[in-house]
Order: sequence, then structure tokens, then C-alpha cells
Amino acid sequence: MSRILILFAWAMAVISAPAYAALDPALVQPLGGEDADARVEAITKLGTLGTPEAFSILNALNEERLYATPEGRVLIVEDDKATDPLTGDKLDLPEGVDAVTINNRLRRELESALAGLRLFADDYRVRLKAAQEVQQNAGAAQLPMLERALAKETDPRVSSVLNMAVATINLKSDDAAKRKLAVERLADTTNSSIRPVLAAMIEPRADGTFAEPDAGVRAAVVQTLSRIDLHIAVIEWTGNLFYGLSLASVLLLAALGLAITFGLMGIINMAHGELLMVGAYSTYLVQLAFRRWFPAQIDWYVVAAVPTAFVITAAVGMLLERTVIRWLYGRPLETLLATWGISLVLMQTVRTIFGAQNVEVANPSWMSGGVTVLGGLVLTYNRIVIIGFAIFVVVIVWALLNKTRLGLFVRAVTQNRRMADCVGVPTGRVDMLTFGLGSGIAGLGGVALSQLGNVGPDLGQSYIVDSFLVVVLGGVGQLAGTVIASFGLGELNKFLEPYAGAVLAKIAILVLIVLFIQKRPQGLFALKGRSAD
Amino acid sequence: MAVVAPKRHSLFPPAVWTGVLVATALLAMLPILNLIFPDGSALHVSSFTIALIGKFMCFAIAALALDLVWGYTGILSLGHGLFFALGGYAHGMYLMRAIGHDGVYQSDLPDFMVFLDWKAYPWYWSFTDHFWYCMLLVVLVPGILAFVFGFFAFRSRIKGVYFSIITQALTFAAMLLFFRNNTGFGGNNGFTDFKRILGFTITAPNTKAVLYLVTLAALLGALVLARWITQSKLGRVLTGIRDAESRLMFVGYDPLWFKLFIWTLSAVLCGIAGALYVPQVGIINPSEMSPANSIEMVIWVATGGRGTLIGPIIGAGVVNGMKTWFTSALPQYWLFVLGAIFVLVTLFLPQGIAGLVRKLWTRRSTPRAAADPATGGAS
Repeated sequence: MSRILILFAWAMAVISAPAYAALDPALVQPLGGEDADARVEAITKLGTLGTPEAFSILNALNEERLYATPEGRVLIVEDDKATDPLTGDKLDLPEGVDAVTINNRLRRELESALAGLRLFADDYRVRLKAAQEVQQNAGAAQLPMLERALAKETDPRVSSVLNMAVATINLKSDDAAKRKLAVERLADTTNSSIRPVLAAMIEPRADGTFAEPDAGVRAAVVQTLSRIDLHIAVIEWTGNLFYGLSLASVLLLAALGLAITFGLMGIINMAHGELLMVGAYSTYLVQLAFRRWFPAQIDWYVVAAVPTAFVITAAVGMLLERTVIRWLYGRPLETLLATWGISLVLMQTVRTIFGAQNVEVANPSWMSGGVTVLGGLVLTYNRIVIIGFAIFVVVIVWALLNKTRLGLFVRAVTQNRRMADCVGVPTGRVDMLTFGLGSGIAGLGGVALSQLGNVGPDLGQSYIVDSFLVVVLGGVGQLAGTVIASFGLGELNKFLEPYAGAVLAKIAILVLIVLFIQKRPQGLFALKGRSAD
Repeated sequence: MAVVAPKRHSLFPPAVWTGVLVATALLAMLPILNLIFPDGSALHVSSFTIALIGKFMCFAIAALALDLVWGYTGILSLGHGLFFALGGYAHGMYLMRAIGHDGVYQSDLPDFMVFLDWKAYPWYWSFTDHFWYCMLLVVLVPGILAFVFGFFAFRSRIKGVYFSIITQALTFAAMLLFFRNNTGFGGNNGFTDFKRILGFTITAPNTKAVLYLVTLAALLGALVLARWITQSKLGRVLTGIRDAESRLMFVGYDPLWFKLFIWTLSAVLCGIAGALYVPQVGIINPSEMSPANSIEMVIWVATGGRGTLIGPIIGAGVVNGMKTWFTSALPQYWLFVLGAIFVLVTLFLPQGIAGLVRKLWTRRSTPRAAADPATGGAS
């Protein structure tokens, strides 16, 4: 069956190019000439042939291996050997030949012709890619070739794309039934670029007629459009949901440490953002170390960076607690000022050591790229990994606070410091360890941030306001509150952004928080208590 | 709280009055020295110094305003930079209109609007070509914003660090808003390139001297007003709110209106400081609203000594003096120094410079020397 079709297609080609041999010299010769229009035409015609010979000529032209002799012969050159594509003769490279130069216009034509020819490649992935390319800019000239490819196609994924491409071309067919069929087929498309083309078909003109004369086709268009719109909306919402979730995971990682130091210990740590930054720079250092000493395992540097960043930031945090913060317990406003001072010092230290410019932290190969869902939405791996990482950290922190002895002590000190002291809890050490834990989690957040955005001395500044809002909204001392508040803020932000723009969305959220606090001054999850303040 | 019938006494002790007046007179002399004596004379004061001190006095007014809410009422605002900048922007609108056709594009509109291809002033720019209307805005815009924000915040009894964080978020959000070109306040660049004020060339030495003297008068007026308020019964209630708010409520006071009054007044003072600042510095842009700026104001007050009124004025001078010196001589070390000031002042100088002076003073004089009622411990 397919052989018959190929024969048929070849016959078509023969009709369009009489005196057909292996390749018609009249088709090939213009390539070496000067006339640009003739060359374009030759390329297009060769492209529609779909034979291996045509492919090898075009490919050679694309790679600038096609030479022209002064008398107009065209040769394919490979390793100093020339081949005449018309006869298949091998010969030495003659004197006085020049490579055929191509300009941008030719290159465009060449690429689309080559893409068409790739539709017949053996590897289905090459065919799929070629089919998608053709679908993007299909023209009526390619229709016979596409139909030929479709007939030969065995892979369902490739043929569905080819079907779309054929349907796109058929929209301009003269036959109403064909157009209607094409419109109906396009209902399954995931390519939103087709939408304006369809919409234009049913747009009423000034004189009351339509671009599409047939009422039945118009009805089909309306139906197809609503299907496409639904699909676009689903993609948009899923995208918002995903990016909101991603933002939420970042906010959560940034705010979780704060929820511990602020929520459990009542310390306003304005240097928290800088601890995030220290975590990100630790990641950078681990990456440098891996490049230097374990270049083969470079892909796993992020895994090594997680404990490293935790240890470094926890150490910085404990040092701060022992030297500055412990003198300020019970004076939250003073703590705020002192830790702001610390944040300035940390920032300037990093700037002095690493420079004021951003440093480069690369995604490992297994975190770059993404998975395409719903035929048009790319979920990047780094964001997916970080969402998972945030969940992992929350579970660890929850277990630490609720299932371990340290957690018990922490909660005891939070509830009643003096009583805990009386029954023998070493409150000083618990304070230090709790602050270290909160700081270490900030370091983990820093690792995550380094995989998403720029790493620079100002990194922490952009997160501090947001993470405080998360903690305030979530309520003090509540892990669940922090999780839900960051989730809510992340999603709200991403769903407001398309309507209001990033800045106005932020302002709207701030106003919402202020209004919300009117209703629930203690945050979403308030501890029940009798204290008047 | 046994109410001792307050004796009518002078606002300041005589020694302090003398000090304040002498300092004022000395400061007032500077621009005159600048104008009278030619460059190179031993008594000449450089225009740079005049500009610098004029700027510091604006900061001092802002610090004073912050001291009223933080030092006396215990409300720590991390968003006073917003009120300062709003006052500046309100005055800046007039100054932009006063440029007239002397801009780069010689249009009716300010250059940045021409750049955005706007054809007319947006509605909130109406009447801003009248100086006194803009002066009204200087007072009303920060005042109304502070009143509305304060009403909601104080009504639901947001206090302490929560209030601080919300004010910080407020100024942060406003900064983002003003950074947008479409907000209509010049985006990133803000307002600059002013030409004249009330018809006088803004860069002329005489104009500068007048602006300086007006600032000095405003500072003195703000100081006297603040002292008057804090010495009155109202001031006592405010200190009560700072030290034991719930107790004050149980005695029958509603802290809401007291807080709201002092908060709004403070914002207005800050706005006035900003309005005086802009013509002297010649630029206002959204970075004035950055949270870092507001928190720097707090450290002026802390360094000088909160709850002392004179302290914050000194603190604003000292910290900004150091900033000026460091950012020109050793720019890479300034943030270290500023950070160290934050840490050291909170750890070792909770009462600031004023507290230190007072401690040394009381140690020298008799032990029973009037223990000043102003206590610290606002937290």
C-alpha cells in the first residue's frame, strides 16, 4: 500500500519535473548559480521530493559542503572527495571550485525543507521534532509531502502532530467539507497559535459576511474555539497553581527557620535573610570544591551542599546567639535592631570576600530541563525538586520538634521558661540549639534559592519582608500555620499577578494581610491563652 | 496614678534652655558666615557644610518625630521613611511644576511624563502648581495615610514587633509602587533637576541660606512642640502606654486615640522634614522608602538616646556625620561601622548618648539630684 503511494508521489514529482532521472539536473543546477529566486525555488522543490538524494544535497548545502564548478556543476564534498549528486560519480576535487554560500533567506528555506525531509527519518524522535517544526509554519506547498509522511507514519504521537499540521493547512482549502474536517480535528490541538487563525474565520466583517463563507464550518469553528479556550485556561490555571506552589515552597523554606526563632523563641531575627544568603554562598563554595576535586561527580554537589549549608549557617547562628542575642532576651525591639546590624555586617563581609557581583551557581544536569504536561506547560525539574525538598524539611522539623527530646525541651521552654528551668531543662543550651536549628533551616532555604535565582550579597533582603509576613500571618509558634500561610501567600501571589501585575499584587496582599490581622490579630493559628498582651 | 497637680514650670530646665538657644544661634550663624565672608577667608563656611548641616537638620526632625512614637509611646515604626518620602514627593510635585518649560523637552509636562508619552497631568497632579496647596499635601498625605493605617492597626491592638513588621512591609510596598513608571512619580529616577522655588533660583546661595534657616526654625519648633506634648498630661498617658498599656486600659483610658494622635503627629512631622529635605538635596526617589532607610532612622534615635528628644537630634547628627565621613574616606567599611553601631548601641548603650551623659552627670553631682522621670525600657 505504502509503496503504491510512494510511487504515486513520485509520479506527481515526475509531472512537476519532467525528464526525471535520479535527480533532475535542472533542479540541482540553480543551487550553484547566482539567481536567489531560482535557488529558493530549487530548494523548495528538492525539499518536497522526499528522497535520500535530495536530503543529502540539502544537508550538504546546509553544512556548506556543496561546491559549484565554474561550468555550473554541483558537487558534494566530503574529506577532499567530491561526489556528483546527479550521477553518483566520485572524483577528485577539481581546481577553481567554490563552496556555495547561503544567506539568511536561503537558510530559512533550507531549514524548513530539511525539516520536511526529516519527516522520513528512521528515528521517531527526529520525526516528531520535525513534525512539530512543520506544524509551526506549515504552508500549502508542503501538503503533499505531509500526506505522504502521514501515510508512512507508524508512530501515533508523530501522526497526531502530522494530522494537526495537515488540518492547519487544510483550513485554507477551497472545499468546505475539508475545512470543516480540519476545524474539527484542530479541537485537539495544544498549539494556541492556531487560535487567532480560527477566530479570524468567524469574525464578522463590516458588511455582515464572514471570512468563512460556510455556516456549518463556522459552527464547527465556534465549537473548536471553546475547546481550545478550555484547554488554554486549564494550562494557565495549572501553571499558576504550579508556580504558586513553587513560590510557596520557597517562602516556606525562607520562613520556616524564622518561625522557629521568632515563633518559638520570640527573637526577631532581621539577619535571617542574610543566613539564607550564607546558605546560598555555601552552596557556591561546595560547587567550587566539587569542580576542583571531584569534577566527575559535579552533578551531585547539591546533595553535598545540603548538609554543608546547614552546618555552616547553624554555626553562624549559634555564634550570634551566644555573642549578641542572648543578652537581649525579652527585649524584642532591641533584638530587631541588633540583628539588623548583624545583617549589614554579614552582607558587607560577603561582599568583601566574594565581590558585589552575583556568583554563578549552576543547576546540576538532573535538575535542569523540565517535563511538559498538558501539551504546553513546562514544569521545570528544579522547581519540582524544591517543592519536594520543602516538604522533606517540614517533615524533618515537625519530627524534630514533636518526637525528640530536644523538641520536647524547646516546647517546654517556649511555654514556660522559668518552670522548665526549675525542672532541670538547660534553657541556655536549648536556646542556643533552637537558634542554631532555625538558622540551619535558613541555610537549607539558601541552597534551594541558589538553584532558582541569582546568588548575590543582597539575596536575603528580598525575602525578609515576605518571610516575616508568612510568620505573622501563620501565627506565632505554629508549624501548620507557617505551612498554610506560605501556601496561601504563594498561590494568591501567582493568581493575582496576571490580573494586577507583580507590584500591585504584592500591595494587594499586604492590604489583605493588614485587614486579615484585624479579624485575627494572632494569626491563622493562635495559641489559646489568657495573657492580656 | 495619684495626680500631682502639675506645677507650671518651664519646658526645659534653664541650663538646657541656654544650651538649646546657644546651639540654635550658632547654627543660624553658619549660613550668614557663608554669605558674608568670601571663599578663602578664615571665617568662611563652605557651601558644602551648609548643605550638609541643612540635610542633617531634616534628619533630626525625622528622628525627633520617631522619638515621639518610639521613645515616649513605645511604638517602634520601621516605616517612617515612607512619611519622610511622601512629604518630599508632595513638595517635589510643586518643584517639578515650577521647572516650567526649562526641562529637556521644553514641554508643559515634566520630562519623565514626556518620556512616557503622557499628554496631560494625571488627576492627582491637579493644583500642584500652587505652592501652598503642595504644602497642604505635605501635611495631609502623610497625616491621612498614618491616620488610616494607624486606626486599623491600633484598633486591632497590633503592637510590638508585629506593628514594626507591618510598617516595614508598608514602606516596602510603597517603594515598589513608586518604582513603577505608571504610578506617575517619575519611577526609578523620582524627581530631580529642580530650577526654582517660589520664583527664586533654587541653587542660589541666598535661597539655600533661607531654606537652611527655615529648616532650623522647623527643628526648633518641633523640639519645643514635642517637649510641650511630652511634659503635658497627654505625655504622661503616652508614657503610660509605653510602660504598661494594659494597666492604663484598666484605669479607664482608651489607648487607641492617644496612640493615633501621636502616631499621626509624628508622621506629619516626618513629612515636613522630607519636604524641607527635597529642595536642599535636589532629588527625591523611591529608594528613600526602602526599609533600610527607615531602620537607619531608628538607629539615629537609639544612638542619641530615645525618650530624650535632644538625644535623637544629636544621634541624627553623629550617625550621619560618620556616614558622610566614611562613605567618602573608607566606603567599604561604612556598613561594618553602621552594623557595629546597631549591635553596640543596643548591647551597651540602651539609653544612647543622652543616657550616657546623664549618667555621668548624676554621678558627678549629688546622688539625690533630681532623678529625671524619663526612663528607658521601652520594649
